[in-house]
Amino acid sequence: MFMFEKAVVGSKRYWAWVLSLCAVIGLGFLCYLLQLRDGLGITGMSRDVSWGLYIAQFTFFVGVAASAVMVVLPYYLHDYKAFGKITILGEFLAVSAVTMCMLFIFVDMGQPMRVMNVMLHPTPNSMMFWDMVSLSGYLVLNALISLIMLSAERKGVAPPKWIKPVILLSIPWAVSIHTVTAFLYNGLPGRAFWLTAILAPRFLASAFAAGPSLLILLAMVIRKLTWFNAGKEAIQKLALIVTYAMIINVFFILMEVFTALYSGIPEDAAHLRFLYTGLGGQAPLVPWMWTSSALALISLVLLIVPRYRHNEKILAVTCVAVFLSLWIDKGIGLIIGGFVPSPLEKVTSYVPTLPEITIIAAIWALGALMITVFYKIALSVRERLPEKAMAH
Amino acid sequence: MRDKGLIFGGLGIFLVAVTFPVWYNVAAGTTNKGPEPKLPAAEKQCVAPTETMRTSHMDMLITWRDQVVRQNRREYKAFNGATYEMRLTGTCLKCHDNKAEFCDRCHNYAGVQPYCWECHVDPAHLQRSGG
Amino acid sequence: MDRRKFLGIAAGASALAIAGSALPKVIGGGSEGGTEPSSAVRWAMVIDPSKCLKKDGCTACMDACDKIHNIPDFHDPKHEVKWIWKEPFENAFPEQENKFTAEKFKDKPFILLCNHCDNPPCVRVCPTQATWKREDGIVMMDWHRCIGCRYCMAACPYGSRSFNWLDPRTHIERMDPGFPTRTKGVVEKCTLCEERIARGEKPACVEACPEKAMVFGNLSDPKSEARQLLQERYSIRRKPELGTQPEVYYLID
Repeated sequence: MFMFEKAVVGSKRYWAWVLSLCAVIGLGFLCYLLQLRDGLGITGMSRDVSWGLYIAQFTFFVGVAASAVMVVLPYYLHDYKAFGKITILGEFLAVSAVTMCMLFIFVDMGQPMRVMNVMLHPTPNSMMFWDMVSLSGYLVLNALISLIMLSAERKGVAPPKWIKPVILLSIPWAVSIHTVTAFLYNGLPGRAFWLTAILAPRFLASAFAAGPSLLILLAMVIRKLTWFNAGKEAIQKLALIVTYAMIINVFFILMEVFTALYSGIPEDAAHLRFLYTGLGGQAPLVPWMWTSSALALISLVLLIVPRYRHNEKILAVTCVAVFLSLWIDKGIGLIIGGFVPSPLEKVTSYVPTLPEITIIAAIWALGALMITVFYKIALSVRERLPEKAMAH
Repeated sequence: MRDKGLIFGGLGIFLVAVTFPVWYNVAAGTTNKGPEPKLPAAEKQCVAPTETMRTSHMDMLITWRDQVVRQNRREYKAFNGATYEMRLTGTCLKCHDNKAEFCDRCHNYAGVQPYCWECHVDPAHLQRSGG
Repeated sequence: MDRRKFLGIAAGASALAIAGSALPKVIGGGSEGGTEPSSAVRWAMVIDPSKCLKKDGCTACMDACDKIHNIPDFHDPKHEVKWIWKEPFENAFPEQENKFTAEKFKDKPFILLCNHCDNPPCVRVCPTQATWKREDGIVMMDWHRCIGCRYCMAACPYGSRSFNWLDPRTHIERMDPGFPTRTKGVVEKCTLCEERIARGEKPACVEACPEKAMVFGNLSDPKSEARQLLQERYSIRRKPELGTQPEVYYLID
């Protein structure tokens, strides 16, 4: 297959990493077989909390996928040269993240054998249908773009002209995947926590903070392990993007808190109370949510003060903080918090089970494996190129 | 060709292993035996001619299913003018009251596992198991 | 074509496509409460809680339903499957709760079931049309088609939908061959006994109630008992403010 020969040569360290990822994937696969045999009852989900970490992780990684647009847009629309070297990293990140999203949806299905029913009986009034359309479209777009760009790079020729409109299309498409994902939730009448018009903007803001943070960390890791250097300018620009996105994200969260608490409408406030103070004697997410808030505040300080942002050692810590904070907020709190209390005001606690966590870890490992292999290929292609060809 | 013996020996073992099911059935004398579903003794008339039922009962069941569940239409006008209620348990299994000797025999022979029975209940089986 | 123009067209086209296909259904569905039913038959349920509460601890309607529909009992509220069940007044009508709720209803169990809404959110969100609203108003389910995504459970504001977290078959006390069980991984709920209605019978719960507290009827027929009751007495519905137009009414005067 295309350039995959480059992924099967590598150092001992490379193979140890790949094999340990495969081990996690294998474990998760076994747990999935258990789930397939016994049903979704092996997870912590219940009648009242009918979506759990699978869907929450899906939501979070749609954001990571969409964030590729934060390197693609400045480079292709504003001709921002410093991102030239890393656009391919962003696109490969998108491909991996969308694949993870699809897997998270798949493992959440009660009848996975019937998955094709979504296409056999297309239903335009269901947001889930549009989510499938936008996600698979985004996967195709990014796979195509990265393939074409990389093979042009390998041959040392300019990419074909027709790819430009495809790249431009991928920009609004990235926005659409996260908007439609927000619509999954904020079009439901009985779920006050999600019934907010700023859910999609909030999703985008948190995505554009979490995704580029991850990209910065990946660029730093690659620089440490290989010859490839994304460049200080590119990393600093990404850090600036994270800064603005994180400020907007925290601002949006505070607006939600104000609206719910000041209006005093009980069902709006109840979800926040469950998440941040506990409700009906149940407070499983309280430490998580306050950790998320603390990390958000710390990272804001470290991002906004230029001295800290420019220091790459501190920036690395900041990026971890941003990613973790948003992962808790969106990858746990947002979905679970929407279900508790239930429309009948019941408080049911949700704790993921070990098999459930193993399946999630396996999908993470698969994402990491895809990133590893894709980046390995991209770097091997570039290794052979003279510097001048690399800058396009 | 120093490894001639090894190569052809290996090939031979491979061929025997791959064709084992054929030899096994020849030896057991089961190769020409088709499935032998047991037809109901009392009732001679089905909802369609035997040939049609044999080749297309699954399509008919799916049509019945969609008609009943999705269209709320429950009556089936058969080829001979008779009317039947479209029900798997209530109509089909009323005559074919032994699922194990009728449905299962062919399905096992063909190696198919229709998922009908994951939900639809075989009354005879229920009685036997006392459930 | 320059970039901006291209982006504008692409964004516009996709927005139009989404709006064009989804909007009529979304907007058209939110009809006002006062309109006459448009079809010849509109099945509905009128429940008289005062009658229901006469017999303490009575579970006749629930038992009848569980029995004929092969409802499993998992002995675990997390995996519970229920089509018709009881809930204290305060949980059934959270927005109606007040400190001085009349003694006869305070903390008293109300009978809940699928509301068979006129504008059902569960139907709107289902990605495979495994659940839909029939001409006669019954919100029906096709268990052959359900993929188990549970979007309908998130959409239902009444908690009327259950999921088969585990294989239900091993948890059914006495299986009735007259009705299929479900399989693990699909959603289920009350179908208003559509299989009985097809035979001209009333829903099993209505028939089983010793106090005749549940009245099943056709709201399109002005002479039906259900319609008469709604005209003569004061009724409330669960969460009417959501615009779902529930078709299960509770007489409270």
